[in-house]
Formats: sequence, structure tokens, C-alpha cells
Amino acid sequence: MDKAQEGLYLGVDVGSVSTNLVLIDGEGQVQEALYLRTQGRPLETVLRGLQSLARSYSNEQINGVGTTGSARSLAAVVVGADVIKNEITAHAVAASNLVPGVRTILEIGGQDSKLILVKDGIVTDFSMNTVCAAGTGSFLDQQASRLQIPIEEFGQLAVKASHPVRIAGRCSVFAESDMIHKQQMGHSLEDIISGLCEALVRNFLNNLGKGKKIDSPIVFQGGVAANIGMCQAFEKALGHPVEVPQHHKVMGAVGAAILASEAVAQRGGVSNFKGFTVAEQPFGARSFECADCPNLCEIIELQEAERVLSRWGDRCGKWTNALPSEVNNPAITAEMEATTP
Amino acid sequence: MKITFPHMGNMDIVIKALLGELGHEVITPPPITKRTLSLGVQYSPEFACLPLKVNIGNFIEAVEKGADTVIMAGGIGPCRFGYYNQVQREILQDMGVNLNMVVLEPPDQHIGELLKRLRIITGSNSWWKLIKAIRFAYEKCLAIDALEKEASRLRCRELQRGDVDRVYQKGQKAIDQAKTVKEVRRCKEEYIKAFNSLTLDWQKKVIKIGLVGEIYTLLEPTASGYMEKHLGYLGAEVDRSLYLSEWVNEHLFKGLLPVKGHQETRKLAKPYLSCIVGGHGQESIGGAIEYAKKGFDGVIQVGPLTCMPEIVAQSIMPLVEKEYGLPVLTIYTDEQTGEAGLITRLEAFIDMLERKKIALGQLP
Repeated sequence: MDKAQEGLYLGVDVGSVSTNLVLIDGEGQVQEALYLRTQGRPLETVLRGLQSLARSYSNEQINGVGTTGSARSLAAVVVGADVIKNEITAHAVAASNLVPGVRTILEIGGQDSKLILVKDGIVTDFSMNTVCAAGTGSFLDQQASRLQIPIEEFGQLAVKASHPVRIAGRCSVFAESDMIHKQQMGHSLEDIISGLCEALVRNFLNNLGKGKKIDSPIVFQGGVAANIGMCQAFEKALGHPVEVPQHHKVMGAVGAAILASEAVAQRGGVSNFKGFTVAEQPFGARSFECADCPNLCEIIELQEAERVLSRWGDRCGKWTNALPSEVNNPAITAEMEATTP
Repeated sequence: MKITFPHMGNMDIVIKALLGELGHEVITPPPITKRTLSLGVQYSPEFACLPLKVNIGNFIEAVEKGADTVIMAGGIGPCRFGYYNQVQREILQDMGVNLNMVVLEPPDQHIGELLKRLRIITGSNSWWKLIKAIRFAYEKCLAIDALEKEASRLRCRELQRGDVDRVYQKGQKAIDQAKTVKEVRRCKEEYIKAFNSLTLDWQKKVIKIGLVGEIYTLLEPTASGYMEKHLGYLGAEVDRSLYLSEWVNEHLFKGLLPVKGHQETRKLAKPYLSCIVGGHGQESIGGAIEYAKKGFDGVIQVGPLTCMPEIVAQSIMPLVEKEYGLPVLTIYTDEQTGEAGLITRLEAFIDMLERKKIALGQLP
């Protein structure tokens, strides 16, 4: 407990590929950022993150918690969240805070990509990939490992290209076939990787940017923003400089933390945060298929020391409603109900 | 003859009333579940849109319950739906399913054509009896639409989660069981009253969302991932641009009854989309403009993935958005649509509208 600062807000972003935890101060400045690989174990990863934060911070320093990302509901139950928000809002809030005046946010994460248009700090339009995940972080990861290049160096290679080749980027499977073909034709690796970046950017703008006016300043965030080849390809396609904020990897978590500070202030300073000790509790999640009707809903149940904390996933509400009401955190209940028709 | 039909929202109540009045044995397909969808997807061409697949699932499950005849709608115009009954007939034949298909298509010129086609179903009933049956069914249609409309409007204001839907479900059941026109009308009034006697938060400043788009995804909640309900729970007052009673009056009765039609809507779409593109393409554009004029905060356009008319409308929408300052979110659904992804987008859209209003000082 060497970092003695009061009034911090915790943001947790549990995504498909990475789980990020950040602490921001009252001014919205990032004090601590953790970037962990989710590796298909969202629950364990969140707990691991909390444990490592507990080494330097105490419960009293945390004024509020927010969660976001695809596993936001799960994370919220574990930490006792004050606010649970979707990734789009979280990213937009973070970018408007850290990069004042931002007009366009490009975000590419593990399995989704987003384009968010902002004016005067307010989101005016957004789009998120729906039917296709070509060009997201997972695909780049896969290609880097196929070519046996560390993902961190992938972008550096792209920048060295002299003549980027044209890669078919509409579908990630065909993009891979095309890359193999281009390798077999004898193109250099640099040119192929650079061509891939351009193809992915083309795909991004075709999928998400149709009919949208992209104004600068432009911010590029998410895990893929670390790839300098992708940045360059965006700059080339858009004709504007693209800024990558320092904390680009954890912007979702930053947004969740900022939203938590707003929510706690609105509620008069009371937080639901359960404390870092939750990391020591034996948490367990299980799922089962309810066979009472042909909908066969998958019910997810979260337990803390044999006690059921939360359930969700049922369409009829039978399992959710079967819980004693005192286990329900109001913020979480609202979110669960929103997700259960 | 045991007659069945595909599901589309509350249409089952209406068709059951019509056929029941004519003395038929009616087999309502089981409610649409994952099994329905899996069966439909298994036997349908992949690139057909969601309605065809769910229909096939309905037919198979209805045959399991003993149905031997199915009533299916047809259509004219560029939307592929008009051809679906033929495709479905072939699919069922290939599967070896014995189901006699009666196709109802909008009359080209006169309501008499529809009555003539209906003759297969009407059998020995007199014309007078048929007209009476249609009137009874249509009365149910009007009543159930009124309840659905009210539920979508009020859901965002309920203090006890689920109150509105409990009343709505009871109302649906009551209308379904009503035996006379008078009884249907009484049910409607009774449940509209029941809605308004719920404890609701009338002080709440809500976001107003208009829904436009393709008819099946608008009317059938399972096809849109229960969108209206989700929006209500996210704090939005929802209005829909299309109801079954309006469609029936406009397309089957040729606008005979004084029910709100979409002539005005199409007129509004004219400067942006002057010709018929099939389905509800024109209505989607016109509907969005209508909502903008009524001061709605945003519009959501829904359609099944690969829906041509909605794709045409979507490509024109940015112009409408710009000229009317109206945010529009387009959502396509199919059997692959994940509910989590849908909710993320809806929530982000509501957040966007809410934060905009807060910045303008219209919301606290």
C-alpha cells in the first residue's frame, strides 16, 4: 500500500481477448493500468487483476467501480459495480475526456470494431461490426502466429514495405488464402503485411463508415491501435493524421471508471464496491440448460462460497426471479433485466 | 381439414378467430422457440431471409400437431416474400411433409378477388357468414394492436419490472378467448384501463424511439430479439410504424376502413425514394420522417439480414438523418444474431440520445 492517493475510481473492461483494469483519479487521469489476456477465463482474469491491484492499493482508496465489455455483467457481480455500460459509450466517454475535441473514434478490439462520431463531447453516430469480424485483433493475432512473428513486431514490418500488395480483405479466411498465394508468388513479407493492413482498413471503412462523414481529430484506440502499420493505413485512407492515445489499449476501462465517478457522484458518494478481498473468495460460475420448454435457455449462475450471487440467461425470468432479493445489487439487476426478455 | 398458419406477432389470435368462426379446426403452431428456428434453418436455403426459415419451422411443428392444410400469404412486387410460398411448398414436398398450401395474395383490383380465394377455406359458409367472421377477426386485430401499442408506450415507466407485460399477457389471453365482437371491445377497454391504473412513473423524462422497417421483424418479437421490450427496459418509449390491423386494412381490404394507412408516409418518402422498392422500403423512409416531424429522439430501422427493400432504404437514410437531424440506427437480424450484441447496440443508441438531451439541458 505504497501508492497513497485518495479518491480513485476503478474501471474494468472484460473483452473477448483482453481484460483491462484501470484506476483513475478525480481529474480523470490514469494512475494505473493493467492489460491482461482473458484467455477464455473472464472470471479468473478479473480476480487476478484485482489481486495484483490489491498489492498496491487499499479498499478505502476506491470511490467507485464501473464495468464494461462483453462480460460486463459477470464482472459487475464480482466487483460490485456502480455502473455497467456498453463498450461504445465507455470508449466514447474515455476518448472525449483524454483527447478533448475529438470528432472520430476508430476502435478495433479483439473481436469487434467500432466507429464512433463525436461532436462537442457527445456521440452523434456510431456503428459496430455486425456480421463479420474480419480485420479485428483476433485475426491479426492468428496471422502473426502463422507467420511466426511476435504480434508486437507485426506493425513495424508493415511500415518497412515499399510496395504494399493488394490483399482480399472482405473475409478473413479468404484474406489468409490470398496472403498465402502472394507469399507463394514471391512478394516480400513486409509488402504482404502492409497490404493486409490496407485491406483491413478498407474493410473497416466499407463496413462501418458507409454514409458517415469522418472528421478530424481522429483517435484510434483498442488493442490493434498498437499496430503502427494499421495506423499508417488509416492515415493513408482517410487523408488525416490519426492520433493514438497513450492508454489506447485500456480506453474502455477508462471510460467505465469515468462513468463510475459520474454515477457515484449522482448517488451522493455511495459505492457498491465490494473491496479487493473479493479476489480471495472462492468464486464459481456454472451454466446449465433449462429443459422446461423448447427454448432451452442457457442459464448462467455465479456463486460465491456456495451462495448463488446471480443468475441470468433465461427468457422467461424463472431462474432470475428465483433468487432472494437481497443478493441483487440494483445496478446489476437493472442490467440483467435489460438483457433478459 | 386441420388448418394451420405461420406465426407473426399476435396474428395467431386473429386467424384463429377467423377460421374458428367459419367452423374449422385450427392448429396454432407452438410458440416460436429455438427448436422452431433450428428446424427452419435446417431445411431452408441459407441465403433466404429469416421469415422463410421461421415459417418452415412453424409448418413442421404444426404438422407434428396434426395440421394438414396451411394458409400462407403471398405477395406482389419486388420483395422475395411474394415467392416464398412456392419455395416453401417445394421444401415441404422434398421433405415428404404432407401439407396442402392455400396462398392468400393481395387482390389486384377488388376485395372480391380475395373473397374468391378464400372460398377454399370458406367452404359451404354463406358470404354473409364470411363477412361476419372477417369482421369478428378484424375486431380482435384492432383490440390486440391497441394493447400492444400501449404496452410499448408504457413499459419504460413501470416501477415494478414486468407489470406492463403481465397486464399485456392477460389482455392477449382475454381477447383470444372473447366470443363476440362486443366482448372483444369490452376486453380492449378493460385492459387499456388496467394499463393506466398501474403505478407508473409519469414524471420520468423518457427517450422516444420510433421503429420502422420490414413487417415480419417489426411484428414478430422473436425475430427482432424482443427489441421493443429491451428498449422499454432501457428507458425508451417505443412507437411502431406498422401494426397488423393497418396492414390488413391497406392491403387486404384496400383501405376500406377508416384505419390509419401509410399513404401519407409514402408521400413523405417521395423526395428521397420515389418508386416502389418492395416490402416496406418506402414506408421506412417516410416513417422516419414522420417520427422526426413528431419530435421523436431517434429511429431504429429493423429488417431481416439480406432484406433488399430495407437495404435500399438504409442507403438513403443518411440523407434523411442529415436533413431532419434525426439519428437512425439500422439493425438486421437473422438466426445468427446474438442477443448480447443487439443489447449493446440498443444501449449505446439510447445512451447517445440521452447524453445529447442532457447536454442540451432537456434532461436532468
